[in-house]
Amino acid sequence: MGFDESRRRSLLKMTQAAGMLAVGGLIWSAYIYEAKATSLLLLPPGAKQKDEFLKSCIKCGMCVEACPYYTLKLAKPLDNLPVGVPYFTPRDIPCYMCKDVPCVNVCPSGALDKELLTDNGRLDVNKSRMGVAIVDTKNCIAYAGIQCDACYRACPLIDKALYLEYKRNDRTGKHSFLLPMVDNDVCTGCGKCERACVTEIASITVLPRDVVLGKMGTNYIKGWDKQDESRLKDASTQINKTSKDKATDYLNSGGDL
Amino acid sequence: MKYRFLILRRVVQVGILVLFFVGNFSWVSIAGKNYGVYQGDTSVFIEDSRNLAAGESKITNRAMHFFQGNLSSSKIFGVIPMSDPLAVAQLFLAGGALALDIYIGLIVVLVIYGLFLGRAYCAYVCPVNLVVDFAAYLRRKFGLNTLVKQIHIGRNAKYGILFLTLVLCFIFGIAVFEMISPISMLHRGIVFGMGAGFFGILAVFLFDFLLLKNGFCGHICPLGATFSLIGKYSIWRVKYNFEKCTQCMQCVQICPENQVLHNVGRKSAVIDGMACIKCGRCIEVCNDNALTYGIANLIKRRQNEV
Repeated sequence: MGFDESRRRSLLKMTQAAGMLAVGGLIWSAYIYEAKATSLLLLPPGAKQKDEFLKSCIKCGMCVEACPYYTLKLAKPLDNLPVGVPYFTPRDIPCYMCKDVPCVNVCPSGALDKELLTDNGRLDVNKSRMGVAIVDTKNCIAYAGIQCDACYRACPLIDKALYLEYKRNDRTGKHSFLLPMVDNDVCTGCGKCERACVTEIASITVLPRDVVLGKMGTNYIKGWDKQDESRLKDASTQINKTSKDKATDYLNSGGDL
Repeated sequence: MKYRFLILRRVVQVGILVLFFVGNFSWVSIAGKNYGVYQGDTSVFIEDSRNLAAGESKITNRAMHFFQGNLSSSKIFGVIPMSDPLAVAQLFLAGGALALDIYIGLIVVLVIYGLFLGRAYCAYVCPVNLVVDFAAYLRRKFGLNTLVKQIHIGRNAKYGILFLTLVLCFIFGIAVFEMISPISMLHRGIVFGMGAGFFGILAVFLFDFLLLKNGFCGHICPLGATFSLIGKYSIWRVKYNFEKCTQCMQCVQICPENQVLHNVGRKSAVIDGMACIKCGRCIEVCNDNALTYGIANLIKRRQNEV
């Protein structure tokens, strides 16, 4: 059987093109996957969850232009963040929690979502959850017994997001510890505390919420909390008797350890 | 007047970048001192304590707010939105819930370029055009065009890359071309600070200069491919007149997408290849006035097709 050279050539060309696309796509995918995996990204107030945000942000930088405090920056290549997304570094410039939230108002793509900050039809910047502050209790000087309430005073939600716990200092016997404590439910992650911290490297740090916060699971119920307790109403009363084996059987032959 | 459209293009290109740049420029006065803040770079007043009053004293000149944002998405006079059609397509396929402004901006762009300007975006707006035209100029000066081609990438590769872009957006749920786009790097860099994006631009320059004539825009850029597709039926065209032509072929030599000039020396026609960026270089280098800008006659074109 003879072969048609032009047909052979065009087949080769097509396969080459497909191969190039496949190789290019592979390399590109690896980069996208890496760049997307960065977890330490602090987004502006009203930002959706990171994944949702990255799907909607068009990287126009209008939020950056709107911010009166130069808080927001657009990620540049090699910043170790998805290129072009707005972010902030609280130790440099924190979010000053403008009442009218200009960055959110100006966002054309809806990546910064007004709905997330709206309470009874009014904008409430305190509903933002940019991150959560974490105290390093080994390096915080207040935990060392030195009087410092810099972060506490800096917090725009003083006594709500950041409060002081008083504890007797047994070492001196006559002083007390004034320990900064963060309420995860209230903290907005604005980072004013991190900015205010007096230690060489901040001992209170704002991190993305999904990086640090845990989750209790539905099997634990706080009996002292009426709302939480009410979950029991719909609970099934049926008892699951799962096994008729004796305890020794379980120890000697049951399951994997 | 051999360079009239070239000069016009440079004025438009640079002008647009300047307008975006000043849109992001602001003043800050701290303790009686005034600082101009370029690209949001606060290091200019960092010694004067980055005090809380900075926010109260930031002055953005509303008169300079001709353009807000950048070429990905912008607002003209704070009213008319415009958005990059490829960026929108990427976000849409990534599954983003986009707000109305973006879609209105998309429609504005589709109408302007789809009906009238076609791929003129590449010649008159895109800042990478400045880089690649410089590379092309150097290629001519150093005589690199006469050497054997270094690599072979087809003109249609850009459509393949566009397809790949859209598929990857769908898979990864993120605008994937925006993460590596030298176009975005350059215009964002000029407005908000370049950083390491410089190396992206350098790569494009070297690619065009040393490896492939009109390599990036002609063979690779998916945004160019997008505007080609959008502007396929746009009416602002270059027209060719066979009667006047002396077949010196200067137009074909200068054209960055010279496959669209296939009718030169054969028959009078409207240049209707969708890759034509309408830069007008062919018009100004032609000594015989055989090429002109004009409006495509839609009815006539349809008859030709039939």
